[in-house]
Amino acid sequence: MNKIEFLKRKATEIRMELLTMIYEAGTGHTGGSLSNTDILTVLYYHIMNADPNNPKWEDRDRYVQSKGHAVESYWAILADKGFFPKEELKTFSQFNTRLIGHPNNKVPGVEMNTGALGHGLPISVGMALAAKMDGKSYRVYTLMGDGEQAEGSVWEGAMAAAHYKLDNLVAIIDRNGLQITGTTEDVMSLEPFGAKWSAFGWEVVEVDGNDIEQLVTVLENTPNVAGKPTLIVANTVKGKGISFAENVAKWHHHVPSKEEYQLAMEELSKQLEVQQ
Amino acid sequence: MTNAMLKSAKGNKIANRQAISEVLLELAKENKDILVVTSDSRGSASLVEFGKQLPSQIVEVGIAEQNLVGVASGLAASGKKPFVASPACFLSMRSIEQIKVDVAYSNTNVKLIGISGGVSYGALGMSHHSLQDLAVTRAIPGLDVMMPADRHEAKKMIEALVEYDRPVYLRIGRNPVEDSYASENYEFHIGKAVTMKEGTDITIIASGETVRIALDSAVALQQEGIDCRVINMHTIKPLDKESILKAAEETGRIITIEEHSIYGGLGSAVAEVVSQSNPVPVRILGLPDEPAIAGKTAEVFEYYGLSIDNVRKIAIQMVGGR
Ligand SMILES: Cc1ncc(C[n+]2csc(CCOP(=O)(O)OP(=O)(O)O)c2C)c(N)n1
Ligand SMILES: [Mg+2]
Repeated sequence: MNKIEFLKRKATEIRMELLTMIYEAGTGHTGGSLSNTDILTVLYYHIMNADPNNPKWEDRDRYVQSKGHAVESYWAILADKGFFPKEELKTFSQFNTRLIGHPNNKVPGVEMNTGALGHGLPISVGMALAAKMDGKSYRVYTLMGDGEQAEGSVWEGAMAAAHYKLDNLVAIIDRNGLQITGTTEDVMSLEPFGAKWSAFGWEVVEVDGNDIEQLVTVLENTPNVAGKPTLIVANTVKGKGISFAENVAKWHHHVPSKEEYQLAMEELSKQLEVQQ
Repeated sequence: MTNAMLKSAKGNKIANRQAISEVLLELAKENKDILVVTSDSRGSASLVEFGKQLPSQIVEVGIAEQNLVGVASGLAASGKKPFVASPACFLSMRSIEQIKVDVAYSNTNVKLIGISGGVSYGALGMSHHSLQDLAVTRAIPGLDVMMPADRHEAKKMIEALVEYDRPVYLRIGRNPVEDSYASENYEFHIGKAVTMKEGTDITIIASGETVRIALDSAVALQQEGIDCRVINMHTIKPLDKESILKAAEETGRIITIEEHSIYGGLGSAVAEVVSQSNPVPVRILGLPDEPAIAGKTAEVFEYYGLSIDNVRKIAIQMVGGR
């Protein structure tokens, strides 16, 4: 199996895992986890230097999940990579678990606790700045939501990253067009979106964020401009992979019923068959 | 006549946020100056219906809590009556400087409704808990702080707040709470605590959703022969010092119970009063100084002793030592 096929298959397996976690826990952020699954799969299985046996390795690439609510794909991937036992996924959101509904740095592999939106970029600026100070070559990746872009702190971080010429920083926006209330353009319009980031001094790249091949090409060549941070607008579908959840706002935190769960797992199994 | 429900009649399905949104919609239909201001939070605040029926009286700012409170203060400074509704965790932390300066210091008539307060969000963790909000809002001059015990009180509180020309922070939880009052048929005054049950041996002071636990504990204590007073401190600021000092004088010992850090909330407020005037023993029940354990509200309450059983034990200890 070649790399692309492997990654596609992996992404589908992660979708099945995260859906099961949410269904069994009776809680979770389904839509946003499904939209970012491909991005996280490419980062963790192809791009980032990370060692599950040495999670604090000082030259590791850093990942900060700013859209902390969509944690389920992240937990599923960290478990699959061996940062903690897969068995533990059963404790997701249960009493006394460390696998709570947001990234928690008591769990190996997680750098920072997130959940309040608008924190990830400033944190990542600090990490990227430290790498420069220490002459280290690790990269810092952060994933933000598009609804999250309304937070002022995102733009404070954006300004600082360009000011400090952080070409070791890659920010990815999960541009699924939806937040809780409805579309981003109805709630608080973002467009012209890429142009805003360009004006802030970032190198802006657009990609289909659910297309593994495109993600691989873009992320392999990132960052590509010296002295500039990179912003990837990843155009995605919220709820990706489950036909009846795609582009439906309520699936932000909708938990599938038994029927929906079975249908969804059937759909995903079929996708997996094609990916054999 | 307080109209308290001593014995819990389980089964209420109406959350305080629902009760609040219904009364706000009624009042806003009659007064165009009443606005709600949201930050991608109308669903969590049960305000979707409000937005549908009165689209010109809802202002949406997106996920931007600092902007939320700043905009609300500008609306208020221009004659509007904005009710801001956003999760208590973000409203009381992300927007706190706007609350301190634009609302409290500038004295703009903004009502801040912190929804899904305390540990309502369960396993979403500390970023989503608001267990410091009473401490921080209480320390801001010019800002009143309130917490309704149930849906009846929530409704009466909003009716009173529409006529009350001062900045207020009001915190409610996410899930339905069992009623503490039999109906809305009682007198509600901002800043005036309600004695839910008379008693002479000990007093339990509670606010918000812990009032129900206090009442249930008092009933349990009756069986132990302990006559327990229950005070509902729905207004944490301005604090009804008189009722606290009266309880200290007449019952000699106090337990406080709150869905908040043991630092700086209701318990601290009560202890500040008695320690300076009539230092009787006070036991403060709340969440300890650590990130709260993951779990549903009931599991978290049980774990930290915000339970009938624990209140009962502590009361027996305290009264036994009389
Ligand atoms: C500071 C802050 N405000 C509000 C929230 C509540 N919240 C959680 S997810 C969400 C919507 C996020 O939308 P978006 O950023 O587009 O994420 P995605 O569509 O990828 O799920 C909101 C408002 C939060 N977590 N943090
Ligand atoms: Mg989105």
